[in-house]
Amino acid sequence: MRLRLLLSTVLLSLCCTVHAQFEGFEDPALDARYRELIHTIRCMQCQNQSIADSPSATAVDLRRQTRELMTDGLSDNEIRLYFAERYGDFINYQPPFKPTTWLLWSAPALLVILGGFIFARIIRVRMQQPMDEDLS
Amino acid sequence: MWRYAIPAVILLVLGGFFLRGLNLNPGYIESALIGKPAPAFSLPNLETPSELVSTSDLAGQYSLLNVWATWCVECRREHGFLLDLEASGVPIYGLNWKDERPAALEWLEVLGDPYIASAVDYSGDIGIDYGVYGAPETFLIGPDLTILQKHLGPLSPAIWASKFAPLIEAVPGQH
Repeated sequence: MRLRLLLSTVLLSLCCTVHAQFEGFEDPALDARYRELIHTIRCMQCQNQSIADSPSATAVDLRRQTRELMTDGLSDNEIRLYFAERYGDFINYQPPFKPTTWLLWSAPALLVILGGFIFARIIRVRMQQPMDEDLS
Repeated sequence: MWRYAIPAVILLVLGGFFLRGLNLNPGYIESALIGKPAPAFSLPNLETPSELVSTSDLAGQYSLLNVWATWCVECRREHGFLLDLEASGVPIYGLNWKDERPAALEWLEVLGDPYIASAVDYSGDIGIDYGVYGAPETFLIGPDLTILQKHLGPLSPAIWASKFAPLIEAVPGQH
């Protein structure tokens, strides 16, 4: 009984995957480019998934539009720009460097520099202390 | 002195960001289209599919473009307020987005029709041009077909009063 239940569950889940539509290009190079590109575009409806991973209706639409734009001969960057013009920079996982994002992009470098200063200061202070003070 | 001041300043700055972050809605993303011309469309009219509804129909007046669908629960919630707005003289156009015609017609018949006309975007292509990613969404479009405002989610009297009404200037010859 239990085995039969397990079997039917497995078979049912198979149906779902078999019926998923093929989306992509016949040409392997184009298809690879497509797969890579859709991983860099955010699904606005589900935010923490790319349109490649999301099953939502808007992600399906955006994938279809991506294929159409690729067929029209647009480059990856032109396609990302096309979506950013409509949905805003948030749709791209790598937002462009501009007045509202410079702090975001430069924060890691700024923090390293700040950390370096603090580190240098601590070292300098320690150097001025007598060497054998801590040895006890 | 510095030993205490620097960590305290860092803590305050970070705390400020975190406090602000707590009160932000991560689902709200400002439209990239505000201040830009409304993307042109020419789509079949829901009620009479042989006729077209186009952006040019919206020109010369302040109007709303409301993205709706019968599968959208929040659209049902805002529908009553849309009827109120229509009664007060606000021209509302609908964009019936990724929906089915019989269900959409039934919806308007049962709940009332606040729209001058609803354009049918079955494929969602015009939705992409307008950066639509959920329904309902409402755009305020100016007389020169500039997008002046966009609201994500159901409209309410409070949202209308704060986000939309102040942007509508009296136009000579229009109330």
